[in-house]
Amino acid sequence: MITMKRVRKTYPNGVQALNGMNIHIDKGEFVYVVGPSGAGKTTFIKLMIRELKPSEGLIQINGNNLGDLSDKQIPYLRRKIGVVFQDFKLFTKLSVYENIAFALEVIEEDPEQIKTKVMDVLEIVGLKSKARFNTSELSGGEKQRIAIARAIVNQPAILIADEPTGNLDPETAWSIMGTLEEINNRGTTIVMATHNSHIVNTLKKRVIAIENGKVVRDEVGGSYGYQA
Amino acid sequence: MAIKRKTLTRHGREGFKNIRRNGWMSFASMSAVAIMLFVVGAFAFLIVNTNHLIDTIENDVEIRAFFEHDVDASEQESVLEEVESHDSVENVVYRDRDEGLDVFMESMGSDGEVFENLREENPLNDALIIQATDPQMTAAVAEEVNAQSAIESVEYGESILGQLFTVTNYVRILGGALVIGLIFTSVFLISNTIKLTILSRKDEIQIMKLVGATNSFVRFPFFIEGALIGLIGAIIPIAGLTVGYSYLYSFMYDQVPFFTFVEPNPMIWQISGLLLLVSILVGIFGSQMSVRKFLKV
Ligand SMILES: Nc1ncnc2c1ncn2[C@@H]1O[C@H](COP(=O)(O)OP(=O)(O)OP(=O)(O)O)[C@@H](O)[C@H]1O
Ligand SMILES: [Mg+2]
Repeated sequence: MITMKRVRKTYPNGVQALNGMNIHIDKGEFVYVVGPSGAGKTTFIKLMIRELKPSEGLIQINGNNLGDLSDKQIPYLRRKIGVVFQDFKLFTKLSVYENIAFALEVIEEDPEQIKTKVMDVLEIVGLKSKARFNTSELSGGEKQRIAIARAIVNQPAILIADEPTGNLDPETAWSIMGTLEEINNRGTTIVMATHNSHIVNTLKKRVIAIENGKVVRDEVGGSYGYQA
Repeated sequence: MAIKRKTLTRHGREGFKNIRRNGWMSFASMSAVAIMLFVVGAFAFLIVNTNHLIDTIENDVEIRAFFEHDVDASEQESVLEEVESHDSVENVVYRDRDEGLDVFMESMGSDGEVFENLREENPLNDALIIQATDPQMTAAVAEEVNAQSAIESVEYGESILGQLFTVTNYVRILGGALVIGLIFTSVFLISNTIKLTILSRKDEIQIMKLVGATNSFVRFPFFIEGALIGLIGAIIPIAGLTVGYSYLYSFMYDQVPFFTFVEPNPMIWQISGLLLLVSILVGIFGSQMSVRKFLKV
């Protein structure tokens, strides 16, 4: 489902964020990506949704070689991947409801369906009561949950979450993990970058550790930590 | 790819919202369009009326060919026939020296009567009054007629006509260039004003693209926004020009008897329609140009 071979990414300023990444993730897997700050986790995610192009190497998603995708095809790639961005990327001028509805408007979902689906995911992340709030009126943790709600609302085949529990209290964090687990059980592939050692060590999954832009450890049921 | 009607409604709503949200910028864009339309419209009226003026004058352009004094009637007749059969000649009238004197005296007004005593010793020539099919052919026809041995000389508004043609050609070229230049300027102005508003919407466009919006999806509200800017920006100049022209027309009609402007109806509606179309296109063009750069996500 997700394959990277010898992927390098050098930013225009010369920083080598990825340095020969090799990864293979199958359909339906739940994978933690761990590593110190600056290891290249977010860069790895940006490459998967073609927010960035690799400097070198091969990336395949769902059997599609990203290098072969035309600009016109990219939106359709992105619709199959739900992303919880590390910086949320919410529309600050829009309401909670509008933010999530947007992901459905883009794929031209039936307006009647939009309402039901948005309210459903808001229920899941526990923010139904704040549907009409402006996004700027939310706390960090609430924003994070909206970002999660938007990422899952059109039931993508792959869900990528960049630090989805970073701003959450333990209780909410665990409730979000429960949601991700549930989504995963329905067949969605999940890739989650995280610094939360407690979660990684408790809810055991495959752990891919990255350091200096390289995979240094890849272990099913592994624990948190990135020393090889 | 067909766009669903409901999606279209969404884009329309977004387009309106953008205009309201960026109130001052939208106003600036509309003002740019409005000023452009005022000038373009004024020029359109000027060009239409210059053409009309030329037509009016052109219709009056005639060649007067004077016979030699010693040419007899039958010879005059054959020259008349020959000129009549010329391809570029619309109309020929024979005017003998008596009539010529009448016309001359009439043109002198009440002072003309003193020339009545010339009638016995009339110094004027019998003449042909010729109209060419195309006023631009006047000079050529005049020359050919002059080549006839029976013709002593020809007269036509040689210099005035030439000058008029030069002037009107300049007016047309200059007006055309000015109109095109203004259209480009306003496209540029609009695209820059909208670009300023987009700068603040840059992050939004990035998010749209990252959650899977196609370029056309992102563009569409801007398309509507541009069209609306054009539409609203056109209202005041079109109203102003319409009223202004109608007023000018009736003023000229009352005050200047020998030349009237082109009648407002239906010309004014045609020009208004044209201006509206130009305005909307300029708005759309400007907005699409401005958004282009930000779609690269
Ligand atoms: N846009 C950019 N331009 C230049 N360098 C960048 C850019 N984004 C990231 N980097 C650099 O690339 C490296 C990897 O960054 P990345 O954001 O992928 O790390 P990360 O593993 O997500 O870190 P964190 O855990 O703090 O989120 C870092 O050294 C960072 O400074
Ligand atoms: Mg990161």
